[in-house]
Amino acid sequence: MAGENLLKVQGVETYYGNIRALSGVDVEVNKGEIVSLIGANGAGKSTLMMTICGSPQAKTGQVIFDGEDITRLPTHLIARKRIAQSPEGRRIFPRMTVLENLQMGANLDNLKYFKEDVEKIFVLFPRLKERQSQRGGTLSGGEQQMLSIGRALMARPKLLLLDEPSLGLAPLIVKGIFEAIKKLNQEEGLTVFLVEQNAFAALKLSDRAYVMVNGRVTMSGSGKELLANPEVRAAYLEGGRH
Amino acid sequence: MEYFIQQLINGLTLGSIYGLVAIGYTMVYGIIGMINFAHGDIFMLGGFAALIVFLIATSFFAGIPVALLLLLMLVVGMLMTGLWNWTIERVAYRPLRGSFRLAPLITAIGMSIVLSNFIQVTQGPRNKPIPQLVTDVYHIGDITISLKQIIIVIITAVLLFAFWYIVNKTPLGRAQRATEQDRKMAALLGVDVDKTISITFVMGAALAAVAGCMYLMYYGVASFNDGFIPGVKAFTAAVLGGIGSLPGAVLGGLMIGLIESLWSAYFTIAYKDVATFGLLAFVLIFKPTGILGRPEVEKV
Ligand SMILES: Nc1ncnc2c1ncn2[C@@H]1O[C@H](COP(=O)(O)OP(=O)(O)O)[C@@H](O)[C@H]1O
Ligand SMILES: [Mg+2]
Repeated sequence: MAGENLLKVQGVETYYGNIRALSGVDVEVNKGEIVSLIGANGAGKSTLMMTICGSPQAKTGQVIFDGEDITRLPTHLIARKRIAQSPEGRRIFPRMTVLENLQMGANLDNLKYFKEDVEKIFVLFPRLKERQSQRGGTLSGGEQQMLSIGRALMARPKLLLLDEPSLGLAPLIVKGIFEAIKKLNQEEGLTVFLVEQNAFAALKLSDRAYVMVNGRVTMSGSGKELLANPEVRAAYLEGGRH
Repeated sequence: MEYFIQQLINGLTLGSIYGLVAIGYTMVYGIIGMINFAHGDIFMLGGFAALIVFLIATSFFAGIPVALLLLLMLVVGMLMTGLWNWTIERVAYRPLRGSFRLAPLITAIGMSIVLSNFIQVTQGPRNKPIPQLVTDVYHIGDITISLKQIIIVIITAVLLFAFWYIVNKTPLGRAQRATEQDRKMAALLGVDVDKTISITFVMGAALAAVAGCMYLMYYGVASFNDGFIPGVKAFTAAVLGGIGSLPGAVLGGLMIGLIESLWSAYFTIAYKDVATFGLLAFVLIFKPTGILGRPEVEKV
């Protein structure tokens, strides 16, 4: 099973009005991998994550998931293929409780596995258990990030998309979140496609990675290779953050 | 004192009707952020659907029991208006989603004109009377309560509870609230946003139909014009209570019903609408989001 292709993005171009945000993007993610995508602010990373979910849709090119072309599927039907996203900015429902936010994640199965799955989430992120009846909008940034990931996991995804899970969080919390991702990948075989500006941590965690510049993929390789690559080091690691 | 209590009861009855209509305004505003100006006319259509059912049923089945007749009027009215409002959303509002903010608003005003003119043309411009359906009255001292009033208040209370339950405790309600709070995120979680919005329109219309049927039963006449003044009052109720808030819609409706009947009882009846809109202006000066509305700023 591992090594088999799960997601294939081929020649994808995405536009906002007349402005092209992605040009000819090719990306692959195999089952059981953690793959990351790094790049400067405005490179088009979030656009790629959203294009995979069909919002906005790719204008040309294809998104193939598990052997099926999902390029033209509406967003909610793509979600039903078990692609779950913790999007940029976390997008917690602010006037729903933590528990209700998690219920929204389990929406696809009509809460059938809710009880057992929510216990797993609470083991992974004990903070959420303490805060379960608090409104999403009143959580701290770190707690919201945990909730956003937890909510995505409640959908029992085949592919988890994470868009900048470390943004704006204290280093200790980031460490916890990255450890949780690693654990899910190793113990449950969860496939993860991760966008990060924190390139060092992302590359260390990943099996493979892509570098995106101005809407194009300019480099790819194993995490180790990219960590050692002088261009990558200059642009994303030693030069600090962008 | 008896006189005052009598007016209170009358106000409560009228207020229940406004409240039911106000919920439709507030739910649609909550989920797509537009004022469905045609909603008042949906209320009027509900009244006419009930009227037509009444005419057909009484001419074919002369001895039909009143309770069954009322039930038929309600159910058929709800189905008809649900279908109308669903269609309106589908053909007139959905294509404009994502357009500039005023576009659906202007279209809604257009739909309102279409509906009232349609009824004016097909049903005639004159008031259509029906005989009193429910005539029982009860006396407690000098206070008179009619069975009509009791029916209206009870049906309102039951429907409110049912709606509160749906919105707060069911998967459908959760999907509605999610769509309201972040439409794109709801879709990312597998919610069919278009369907959820359609259902919201149908639910609002069903309540308006109930209100239309009760209005017909209470006053005994239906007019193509009923969508306008009662519609605007219900809209006022929604804004007064805090647009987007379900309990606010009911509170606003009850307040307006009470003000109208109390003002008419103690002051000049000609100025009752001035009193209503004066109250609205007064509340909005001190609390621009309405009594139970939440401040706009908390958007994350
Ligand atoms: N909703 C939008 N409408 C118009 N332009 C957008 C929108 N979202 C992103 N963009 C533009 O597309 C480009 C890529 O943005 P984004 O995908 O958010 O980059 P990243 O996630 O790598 O920071 C940027 O130039 C950005 O300004
Ligand atoms: Mg981004």
